[in-house]
Amino acid sequence: MIDLFALFLMLLSASTPILFAALGELVTERAGVLNLGVEGMMIVGALAGFAAAHHTGNPFLGFAAAALAGALIALPFAALTQFLLANQVASGLALTLFGLGLAALFGKPMEGVKAPAMSPGPLGLNWIVWLGLLMVPTIWWFLNRSRAGLILRGVGENHDAAHALGYDVRRVRIAAIAFGGAMAGVGGAFISIATVLQWTEGMTAGAGWIALAIVVFSNWTAPGVLAGAWLFGGVTVLQLRLQAAGVRVPVQLLSMAPYLATIIVLVAISARQKYSRRAGGTAPGSLGQDFHALR
Amino acid sequence: MTDAAVFRARGIGKSYPGVRANDDVSFAVDPGEIHALLGENGAGKSTLVKMIYGLVRPDDGHMELNGQPHQPTDPRAARAAGVAMVFQHFSLFDALTVAENIALGMENPPPQRALSARIAQVSQDFGLPLNPARRVVTLSAGERQRVEIIRCLLQNPRLLIMDEPTSVLTPQEAELLFATLRKLADGGTAILYISHKLEEIRTHCDRATILRGGRVVDSCDPRAHSARTLAAMMVGGEMRAIDRSGRQAGEVLLQVRALTQAAPTAEGTALKGVTLTLRAGEILGIGGVAGNGQDELLAALSGEIRGASGTILLEGADLSRLGPEARRAAGLLAAPEDRLGHAAVPDFSLADNTLLTAGARKGLVRKGLIDHPAARAFAADIIRAFDVRTPGSGTAAKALSGGNLQKFVIGREVMQAPRVLVVNQPTWGVDAGAASAVRQSLLDLARQGAGVIVISQDLDELLELSDRFCALNEGRLSDPVPTAGLSLDQIGLMLGGAHGMEVAHL
Repeated sequence: MIDLFALFLMLLSASTPILFAALGELVTERAGVLNLGVEGMMIVGALAGFAAAHHTGNPFLGFAAAALAGALIALPFAALTQFLLANQVASGLALTLFGLGLAALFGKPMEGVKAPAMSPGPLGLNWIVWLGLLMVPTIWWFLNRSRAGLILRGVGENHDAAHALGYDVRRVRIAAIAFGGAMAGVGGAFISIATVLQWTEGMTAGAGWIALAIVVFSNWTAPGVLAGAWLFGGVTVLQLRLQAAGVRVPVQLLSMAPYLATIIVLVAISARQKYSRRAGGTAPGSLGQDFHALR
Repeated sequence: MTDAAVFRARGIGKSYPGVRANDDVSFAVDPGEIHALLGENGAGKSTLVKMIYGLVRPDDGHMELNGQPHQPTDPRAARAAGVAMVFQHFSLFDALTVAENIALGMENPPPQRALSARIAQVSQDFGLPLNPARRVVTLSAGERQRVEIIRCLLQNPRLLIMDEPTSVLTPQEAELLFATLRKLADGGTAILYISHKLEEIRTHCDRATILRGGRVVDSCDPRAHSARTLAAMMVGGEMRAIDRSGRQAGEVLLQVRALTQAAPTAEGTALKGVTLTLRAGEILGIGGVAGNGQDELLAALSGEIRGASGTILLEGADLSRLGPEARRAAGLLAAPEDRLGHAAVPDFSLADNTLLTAGARKGLVRKGLIDHPAARAFAADIIRAFDVRTPGSGTAAKALSGGNLQKFVIGREVMQAPRVLVVNQPTWGVDAGAASAVRQSLLDLARQGAGVIVISQDLDELLELSDRFCALNEGRLSDPVPTAGLSLDQIGLMLGGAHGMEVAHL
């Protein structure tokens, strides 16, 4: 019983980076923007957060810096897609590649440095884990209950109608992209500052892609994102446990498990047509489409 | 001339690159008046109302609302000044609920619960039943329009703009709409009503301002003129009368027998036991409110969706299991509703677009190679025969206006001399001149002995063209009735089942 509880606490930690990134991407996609640059924004956040934490000695300042860096690196993507109407898929992929390369370049001096210690919060869990859990109801409330959230959903659902009603589609989307970047940055920094405790190149290891998959899995809802993050966090913890227990399964197969689970879940979802909009699916109607107003 | 008018425009002008959309437009709308704005597509109606609603800024001239200068910088400012607008293409958010949609159209919406109560109140006052908690995607076209109208009514507008509101409604739904508008007008609201349905304007509007080429050409009392004279003012010349002569029903060409098909997509409609017979020289009209299986029926006939064997027979030969190319070769051709993207590839030139359907029948493809000169020549033939206004066959399809592209798409099929032609919404969003050209070409085709099926939501068009009429309702096709002597009311009842009508009569 106690072991199960400890396992659950481990799961909470393991799912935090994905939870942050996926919540950010959820808000971005609800505004109608598909940003495939999550992985790139995470790794930039991981490096910037780690560097700031190391230099100031304060891990919390590190997370603040990670959020800022994530939002900043997302801005070129916003400019490309919102002003120059560049293709969102291509721009997002470019952002990932750019982020990975940038972090590798500026991360060299950080290699081999240890992260400053962080005082744990309640239940011995990192404060950021609690922050992530708090973000779930907050974002749910924002999207479903607040006026600003309604406007954001409106922009994502039908940007032409939102424009016709007088809402500034571009401004809403840029804000959503920046928020998504900040959340991905914090998610990445959690890996470097709180999990691995050091900087290594490419340390996000595909977490950004899993976050993107979870947004689809969640049917674009905040509780769904939490469920998805826990599912993949759970698979990750389980495979680590199995490795530690010396189960006679090749390590490579075990490490593969979270990614394999992503693919299987996505295939299962799209096989059923449950997410048709009439049946209550909430894929934003203008997701990934360019918006251009004639004045 | 003292200002009792709610809205007044003086010398409004607006240019886009290469186009003068509005030029020196002046008119006024009085309180309690239903004022029609008439004109062909491209006459500048939409640009004009967009300026009033703050979506577009005029280059010159000025507007007044209630005697105050009206220079809205965005729709919010226009709404604050008392202007409300119901759009031609609904500006609704499908995945959101009715209440959320309405809240988005208001400046300071009350909390959800209070808003729902107010929606219920207004919908009761005006006889427009609506459930605030329903998601818009589940509503019929008539109900969606109610959402837009209630969104406007909650702002107590001084000026209500309606942009072609009846194009998607059944006759009964349209009557309900006019009753609502009249009630509003009697309360002192000024209504600016855009349409090119002349009959409806004649019966319901108090005054009409007619636009042509961006300028006001006339202003009149529409009740004092015939639809013909109004059309002549719009077009700036006599309308060519439609010639229905010289056709007689011949042998049976097409038979559809108990065609049943599951919905191709989650949003689609299943076809349920569709049965019809089409004779040579005959035009069969199929009416119905959008989303009742029109697209699916066209796809089933064209071969995009293949049916069970024995369901579709052309001159006795079973085509049910064949794809579109084979059906075209056999003489069954189709022109779908969506011009840009379905009937034509937007970025292809007109010449390349002919290859999409005419490759086999016109010999434009030989041994797998494209005969470009032949394709260009065929495109040029269509352009000439159908008076398509375009620089030439090398122009991209997307550069053509809706009416011109529609003439091209219909022309491409008609000029292949099909045995049977199926068209869906042949004149949707097409101005009066082009529409009458398209209709005449369908009649001419039937006169030459082909069978034509016209699927349309425009009942006037169906009455004008077809010899027999069927209604398509939730994927079921009614038995055909002869069109001669059929009234709009009877058709409305045939379309009947149209969602929400029972509720609407409460």
